[in-house]
Amino acid sequence: MAELSNQLMAVTVLAYLAAMVLYAGEYAFGAKSRIGRAAVLPARELVGAGAPVPDDQPPSPVAVVPNSGRAEWVGRAAVGFNLLALLLHLGTLVTRGIAADRMPWGNMYEYILSATFVGSAVWAGVLLRRPALRHIGLFVSLALVLLLGADGMIAYTPVGPLVPALQSYWFIIHVSTIILASGILLIGAVPAAMFLIRDGYDRGKRRFPYTLGKSLPDATLLERLTFRLHAFAFPLFTFGALIAGPIWAEASWGRYWNWDPKEVWAFISWVVYAGYLHARATPSVKRTVATWIALLGFATMLMNLFGVNLFFSGLHSYANAGGM
Amino acid sequence: MTVVEERPAPPAAPPPRRPNRLWALLRNSWRQLTSMRTALVLLFLLAVAAIPGSIFPQRAVDSQRVTEYYAAHPKLAPVLERLGGFEVYASPWFASIYLLLFTSLIGCVIPRLLDHIRALRLAPPDAPKRFDRLPQSAPSVESAMTPAEAAAMLRKRRFRVKLREHEDGSVTVSAEKGHLKETGNLIFHFALLAVLIGVGFGHWYGWHGNRILVAGADQGFCNSLAQYDDSTLGPRVDAADLPNFCLTLDKFEASYQPDTGQPKGFEATVGVSENDGPVKTREFTVNDPLRLHHANVHLIGHGYAVTVRFTDRYGASQTKTVPFLPVDGMFTSEGVAQFPDVNIDPKTDRRDPALQMGFEGRYLPTVGTGATSTYPAENAPALFLTAYRGDLGLDVGTPGSVYSLDQGQIETGDLKNVSGERPHELKLGETWTLDDGTKLEFLGTRPYATLAIRYDPTQSLILVGAVLGLIGLMLSLGGHRRRVWFRALPASPDSSGGTLLAAGGLPRTDYPGFADEFAALVKAAEEGNP
Ligand code: HEM
Repeated sequence: MAELSNQLMAVTVLAYLAAMVLYAGEYAFGAKSRIGRAAVLPARELVGAGAPVPDDQPPSPVAVVPNSGRAEWVGRAAVGFNLLALLLHLGTLVTRGIAADRMPWGNMYEYILSATFVGSAVWAGVLLRRPALRHIGLFVSLALVLLLGADGMIAYTPVGPLVPALQSYWFIIHVSTIILASGILLIGAVPAAMFLIRDGYDRGKRRFPYTLGKSLPDATLLERLTFRLHAFAFPLFTFGALIAGPIWAEASWGRYWNWDPKEVWAFISWVVYAGYLHARATPSVKRTVATWIALLGFATMLMNLFGVNLFFSGLHSYANAGGM
Repeated sequence: MTVVEERPAPPAAPPPRRPNRLWALLRNSWRQLTSMRTALVLLFLLAVAAIPGSIFPQRAVDSQRVTEYYAAHPKLAPVLERLGGFEVYASPWFASIYLLLFTSLIGCVIPRLLDHIRALRLAPPDAPKRFDRLPQSAPSVESAMTPAEAAAMLRKRRFRVKLREHEDGSVTVSAEKGHLKETGNLIFHFALLAVLIGVGFGHWYGWHGNRILVAGADQGFCNSLAQYDDSTLGPRVDAADLPNFCLTLDKFEASYQPDTGQPKGFEATVGVSENDGPVKTREFTVNDPLRLHHANVHLIGHGYAVTVRFTDRYGASQTKTVPFLPVDGMFTSEGVAQFPDVNIDPKTDRRDPALQMGFEGRYLPTVGTGATSTYPAENAPALFLTAYRGDLGLDVGTPGSVYSLDQGQIETGDLKNVSGERPHELKLGETWTLDDGTKLEFLGTRPYATLAIRYDPTQSLILVGAVLGLIGLMLSLGGHRRRVWFRALPASPDSSGGTLLAAGGLPRTDYPGFADEFAALVKAAEEGNP
């Protein structure tokens, strides 16, 4: 079973890679035909603070207009591969769980595997509800390929049982909520980056990477998706890292907060994301600035996923990458 | 997007008659400090300031590693020490950031609390003249409802409603909803304050200590400072305040994976007597501490204590049980048995400091071919010891480690290796006769449990604060403030028996679903659906 899980993991990465290539293909084919149409699009600029735009508008015309048939088909194939990859991803997790006879969250490898699955599933949900956003699929799958690749190469751990310190139902609550939250926050960084690119493009920047902005969805749409994902994940993260974690730590180590490196970086991420929410709620702070803060939050999450496990040692017993 | 405006520097106030520079400076600084921008900057600083604590070992987390850091970086360590690098979260600069942040928070939330209370008591404002400028509007709706009925309909949907009759004969219904958002936001920020205060009190009035408890009634422990291996009392705690209880470790069971030796489970059985009461048997384990009155006993580790008997030149023997500390997951353990009061000549009753004995080495619960244990349980126990004779250096009074010999004494030659390079192997029950005829017997081992005993008086309060804060946060992030107005047009030729209403809606926070809600309300009014 463990062997199967490892093979599925490799296939999953390949499927995401295939989806990525196809998304890129659509991107390349579709880009030309869309320039002309962009001029026709009604400008849906925000009128200013306090006058929000209704959101449930019809999906952005950019993607719905049946553009050059070939691009459309490539795009559909990309979505197909993306969903296939999601299923394989699930298969990787399930076989891993069966192999270990427990929830597949016992070490960093499994943790990242789960968090990326959540991110991927959230993305699939967004994709189904808002096909207009398909065009950021390239970057979502790129992020997933990179994260999973890094997980397999840096953090791979053979299947093993849980050490007693992890045998607690607070473990399940703490880890599952953090996985959910970090999966959403990880995927939330994609629309955040896309917003910055699209916004830069709209303001006339023509250097790389802003050139990519040409065929991205509408900037306000991206920005709002960014906010929604973060606003949803933030309380979850608060619960998982700052409430359930300390409750478990109190039972396990005697102290609800120990400032071990994992905790420190969770705290840092939390503070940075609180900064994002503040910045976004402050009219005098530009949306681009706020979004940069969200990306900074993403960097701190990566640090916690990979960096802390590689560089520091602490109390978190599963925080050792690559073998116990 | 929000209407909760930042409190910016005041728009050039009219010059006061008696300009008081200091007052103006103070007032301006306060305004600056309580602005959202400052809060942002301080949040950032807090995040950045937390980083060093994850890079450098922290004394509060693991003082052993601080010592190692000193050894590895002898030049850098004292500098870091002075900067608070080993106690980041207790350092003045870290404290100054969060105290500023919380001052800013107080300065920010108190006025907002007052504003909010005022807003809660105020009726929703009257309808604007023109609805078509609002984000949502319906110019004229043939409604089956009178304005009063529309007001009732809105009230039923938990809007705060005000009906106004105007001189020109028109009637307006003003409705507002979503104050819970700001309420939640205030709860969240006040909860943050409460948690900080709770943490502070916990630090003052809490205490903790660590202790290795070896199995056996003769190795019992009673809660007093002297009996801890190390302990810390909060600034407001006196040694006499510690609760009175005694523990003995009756049994300790550990189970491991048969093949890998990874731990599967632990179980400690103790006899507890609180306030000199009767002894009760309790069990506890990792993740499930023993909760006593005003003290929690956590199982944080375990190991083996080795029992050896030394028989000296005059035939007098002493037995000692000493904990050996595990150095790897297979419980290769290191320790020392020291016998300072041996080889005392019964004729003179004088102790010869050059004839003290120390045995240092390893205990392997399962001996293999190498120098380390191959399995954590005691399948083939063996003790590997080196014998030292001479002055152990215990009399000087400098507290040394009880797990190794004083290296200084060995370097000066006051303590000499008398058993050769290779450690001597002792199986269970074996006796080792040294060069001078003295003997060491390996009698057996006992398990020990490493206990962390703690009391933090505010931790439950902090939990309540954190949960309240989370609820507030969800209300705040999930809530939407919005206003809806209906106006009954006075000149409606009331032929159909209905009223002609105009409607307008204003979401006051970013609320994508507002268009739907507005449409539903207008439809309800149209259809007379209460
Ligand atoms: C101790 C550090 C602080 C943390 C962790 C924190 C956290 C947060 C979070 C997570 C939110 C988002 C909730 C929401 O959007 O409704 C928020 C909102 C807000 N915070 Fe803070 N905050 C802190 C300090 C402050 C300070 C010092 C101020 C005042 C200057 C402040 C003023 C606000 C305001 C006005 C909002 C509402 C934004 C809105 O309308 O959505 N906060 N805070």
